[in-house]
Amino acid sequence: MPDRIARRLMLAVAATLVVGVARAGESYGIGREATPQEIAGWDIDVSPNGAGLPPGRGDVRQGEAIFAAKCAACHGAHGEGKPMDRLVGGIGTLRDKKPVKTVGSFWPYATTLFDYVRRAMPLNAPQSLTPDEVYAVSAYVLFLNGIVPQDTTFDADNLARINMPNRNGFVSADPPPEAAAKP
Amino acid sequence: MPPAIPEWQLHPGEEVLSQPYGRPSRFEANVVRRYRHGLPEPPTRLSSFSLTPLQDLSGIITPNGLHYERHHAGTPTIDPLEHRLIVHGMVEKPLIFAMEDLTRFPSVSRVCFLECSGNTQNWGAPNPELTVQDTHGLLSCCEWTGVPLATILAEAGVKPEAKWMLAEGADAAAMTRSIPIEKALDDALLAYAQNGERLRPEQGYPLRLLLPGYEGNANVKWLRRLKLAAEPFQTREETSKYTMLMPDGVARQFNFVMHAKSVITFPSGGQRLGSAGFYEISGLAWSGLGKVARVEVSTDGGASWRDAALQEPVMSKCLTRFRSPWQWDGGPASLASRVIDETGYVQPTREALLKLRDVRSYYHYNAIQNWSVAAGGAVTNAG
Ligand code: HEC
Repeated sequence: MPDRIARRLMLAVAATLVVGVARAGESYGIGREATPQEIAGWDIDVSPNGAGLPPGRGDVRQGEAIFAAKCAACHGAHGEGKPMDRLVGGIGTLRDKKPVKTVGSFWPYATTLFDYVRRAMPLNAPQSLTPDEVYAVSAYVLFLNGIVPQDTTFDADNLARINMPNRNGFVSADPPPEAAAKP
Repeated sequence: MPPAIPEWQLHPGEEVLSQPYGRPSRFEANVVRRYRHGLPEPPTRLSSFSLTPLQDLSGIITPNGLHYERHHAGTPTIDPLEHRLIVHGMVEKPLIFAMEDLTRFPSVSRVCFLECSGNTQNWGAPNPELTVQDTHGLLSCCEWTGVPLATILAEAGVKPEAKWMLAEGADAAAMTRSIPIEKALDDALLAYAQNGERLRPEQGYPLRLLLPGYEGNANVKWLRRLKLAAEPFQTREETSKYTMLMPDGVARQFNFVMHAKSVITFPSGGQRLGSAGFYEISGLAWSGLGKVARVEVSTDGGASWRDAALQEPVMSKCLTRFRSPWQWDGGPASLASRVIDETGYVQPTREALLKLRDVRSYYHYNAIQNWSVAAGGAVTNAG
């Protein structure tokens, strides 16, 4: 028993001294390995390269019906917004005095649309859409924006390949310009 | 009042335990969070914010019930016994923790500020009616207790190719942000307590990510999952939102650090000075890069500046209270404060900031705040 307490203390000291460095072979042994099933239930993110896109498919026509039933009340019949965020239009306005930032004009990746709708929309019933429904409604929103044609079907193979109009519109800058500001 | 004996002395008061969880005096009932004056409320309060009443607070600590709020799909009600944190992706061994597991690890406490990067919208002509709660209330400061994230990541064994970490909330927005691995291994905390008690639901109960000095949104609340990866995930909150559109049409993303900023909280907008004479100017300064090194105060619209006294302890990535004595002559005055942090960064003027970017960038407005004092003592926002 005293040995175990001493060992814990040593580990605690080691952890505060070498934060960020894995202790070779040592572990607190707290928690347990997560099972693949546990991870699968929560692993819902989708990356720009398409990693994480689930099996399934959905087309613009199906997406139109889903949008009318589950999205239009908040985002407008054609995604024009009111009362909630506008999802359509604004392409070419990002240099304007009043830019219109939407999925179509601003978002750099189609995968972000799939990821976000899957995790957060509709606002009143998040994570309720099937993968097929998320593919379909994503295709419809991009069709409304004139980014894909009306006969589009999205699946795990083609969604990440969609070239969004503002694909190159982001830079990661550190430090930001005002870091140099002098009074 | 003297010479009369006050009414409350003529009978016994409330019994011990009349309030098992104490509350402020009922005479302080106006010290509350609220929405911003002059801004139409969003169509739903599920995605909205509330502001800390900075004008009514002393010192640097924000009481838990007054910490500003910003949620994207409401505050979830989470049973801590059912809550889990999963750490997976580019790790040697994916792990799952219950709250009782996490709190067994060695913990640390630190005081630091949280500021929403949408705090202070002074880009346009100033609205004279705004108070410091309106202009700067998306700012709070607590003592946070938690487990260094580095400890948990060491437990899982981060693979060398992992450069980013996705943090995901268990709220209805399943909020996600990509965090650079350097920050995750530096001073990030898995916080479970705030000012001595468990986190408030609005602050992520039972577990939140705390990234000292980083914009509020990245400090993901109700934390349920951490996934290590080689690239950022490009989530909605790091593309559509929390990015700064520059005049050339290009947007800056991953603007994590809240740069140095300061504001006078007394006298501030909506307050009224009484007779001419002595007043102590008081305010808050902070920097996401480290400690506040110096705060200067001007009472003449920036023509002259003098050093303010800094209340100890001055802590890194934490609010610092500053104070400066002032003899008010009863006439018009223009009050402002300017902070310099330990890296030498100087809080910019509004004009300097506007030369670099404008309202289209929206986030990270950190320019000098001016308050106008009129003859007669009325204080108004001068932007
Ligand atoms: C009950 C109202 C409601 C419904 C129904 C709803 N949304 Fe939303 N939506 C919102 C709100 C509110 C936001 C903004 C959330 C925030 O502030 O984080 C939003 C944001 C979005 C965004 C991000 C907009 C941007 O530019 O960042 C997309 C995309 C979206 N919704 C798609 C959908 C889709 C697709 C559906 C149907 C499956 C849907 N929404 C149904 C309320 C709703």
